[in-house]
Amino acid sequence: MIQATKSSINTLLLILLLTTQANAGPTADSALKKGFIQCGVNTGLAGFAQPDSAGQWRGIDVDFCRAVAAALFGETKKNRYTPLTAQQRFTALQSGEVDILSRNTTWTFARDASLGLNFVGVNFYDGQGFMVTKKRHVKSAKQLDGAAICVQPGTTTELNLADYFRANNMKFKPVVIEKLEEVLNAYFAGRCDVYTTDVSGLIAARASRAANSGDHIILPEVISKEPFGPVVRHGDDHWFDIVRWTLFAMIEAEELGITSKNIDQQAQSSNPVIQRFLGTKGDFGKMLKLDNRWAFNIIKQVGNYGESFERNLTPLGLDRGMNRLWNKGGLMYAPPLR
Amino acid sequence: MVRQLDIRQRAALYQIFLLAGVCLAGWYFIANAVDNLLARRIASGFGFLWREAGFEIGESTLLSFGAADSYFKALTVGLLNTFRVALLAVVFSTVIGVAVGLARLSPNWLLTKLASTYVELLRNIPLVVQLFFWYAVITESFPAPAQALNPLPGFYLSNRGLAVPTISTLLPLAIDYPAFSGFNFSGGVVLSPEFTALFLGLALYTAAFIGEIVRAGILAVDRGQYEAAQSQGLSPAQLMRLIILPQALRLVVPPVTSQYLNCIKNSSLAVAIGYPDLVSIANTTINQTGQAIEGIAVIMLVYLTISLAISALMNRYNRRFALRGGKT
Repeated sequence: MIQATKSSINTLLLILLLTTQANAGPTADSALKKGFIQCGVNTGLAGFAQPDSAGQWRGIDVDFCRAVAAALFGETKKNRYTPLTAQQRFTALQSGEVDILSRNTTWTFARDASLGLNFVGVNFYDGQGFMVTKKRHVKSAKQLDGAAICVQPGTTTELNLADYFRANNMKFKPVVIEKLEEVLNAYFAGRCDVYTTDVSGLIAARASRAANSGDHIILPEVISKEPFGPVVRHGDDHWFDIVRWTLFAMIEAEELGITSKNIDQQAQSSNPVIQRFLGTKGDFGKMLKLDNRWAFNIIKQVGNYGESFERNLTPLGLDRGMNRLWNKGGLMYAPPLR
Repeated sequence: MVRQLDIRQRAALYQIFLLAGVCLAGWYFIANAVDNLLARRIASGFGFLWREAGFEIGESTLLSFGAADSYFKALTVGLLNTFRVALLAVVFSTVIGVAVGLARLSPNWLLTKLASTYVELLRNIPLVVQLFFWYAVITESFPAPAQALNPLPGFYLSNRGLAVPTISTLLPLAIDYPAFSGFNFSGGVVLSPEFTALFLGLALYTAAFIGEIVRAGILAVDRGQYEAAQSQGLSPAQLMRLIILPQALRLVVPPVTSQYLNCIKNSSLAVAIGYPDLVSIANTTINQTGQAIEGIAVIMLVYLTISLAISALMNRYNRRFALRGGKT
């Protein structure tokens, strides 16, 4: 009898939900109805997601959300940003509070398999490193036995750190502080000897907080692979396809040489590959239930992957490194748009 | 049919219906959550407790912990850390609180003003702000370990904490002196800045509240006691120590119990300054395993058990020793 009551309540709720038109996936539908995409981003990480002095969000993760909005709506403004800490990010996505998580989140097996989430691809290849003050005269991570190390909780950073020290038979004392600003305060005040996070984070922290950049060195050892990628929920393949192909469109555009500056000339091109990409020929947009100019809108309003990188990360001193295109010696590779 | 029952039986029946309703609602929410987790293939259940933790913990009380130990052991270490800081803070805050309460009632004008300022300042500034303050003071004003202050032989004060020598408990008795090597002190025991900041912050904050409660208790003691004691020729100090305080302290047991429980729950702010207490470690566990509901349930259960135990204890104590004014 209890089972019957529960299932009848569930059926009522389901009927209520189904009264809304469902022609594509639920996330895309609810976004279209709301009129915006709710995007989960970092609370403030230079280069990835940070509000500038005018309160506008900037960063490559922010650019990615704007690209998805451009693909879905045709304009990048239809975005709301939810700043999320490392603790909250997965629960926010699982519960439906955000539609996409674009928050420099490392793609790992456990996260992909056990959280009910899907990673759509990689938008930034990184690795974990260490930063120490020059005064310590430390040249390699293998000399860090017994050090006090500042780290944020609940991230792959903590796990990789413990693994590395165990593998090398060294000991360390973690100083685990939740908020990024407080962790940096503790490191720059000298509470800990070493700060560890992804190399991009180390560079950003040194650029923004160090009184003198030369006083802090980033050790040569990169102790882990940290591929960052956007994340969506299980169970909505249509939304997954939209988000994934937005990422691939940005990478493919750089490969084809299409930028936000030359896209209007490229639209006149007779090259069939470019015509398919920009929607001048073919019905590729319709396959995703989007406008045929979905890729055109993305590149026109946000730019290609290289432009986004140069706008946000190059000013911090980050080299493209592994994030170059596959045919330029890097790892960025998009399947063909045909 | 219900009208045929008498009033007490009717009341009992309504209460049974209400209880059944609450249980049904609770059961529905739990079953719904479990169904949704299963449907979305999000891991659930408490099996994760026995998996390898994979992270290190900065300091631990009594137990030693390594990254290869289980999440269950990590949470136990967190619990012991919470006990260590909460118990010490409770004890010190009581002592300081009684002193502050007395100081506020003292005939010495300077003492009274100092105590009043202390109480008003510490009661009105949020605790987390006070913790950040103490943490900043300790990490920024003390020197690096290489230039540590050496106030007494064997004691070293630096921004990594206070290193104290320990006496080994086995024969032959030897004193383990801390020595600086490489990055840090080895040997002896180190009171970390996180522990010290949390302990200071909690103890002083709770003491401000307890001070006011003790003051109320002292003022509540019958005027006649003062007059009787003075007629016996007792000095003011003897009056306080032998007559007033024993009565006042027995009056204030229930509100002070509340402050103790607040102190224990406030220790969960440790995560803001890096002290690995239960909530901090449970948060890390939640984030690594993704099982938010089970993790939060563990935290709630533990704090509920601790709080109920302390309440029960203090209520027993109160029943035995309390002074009663009017009704029981």
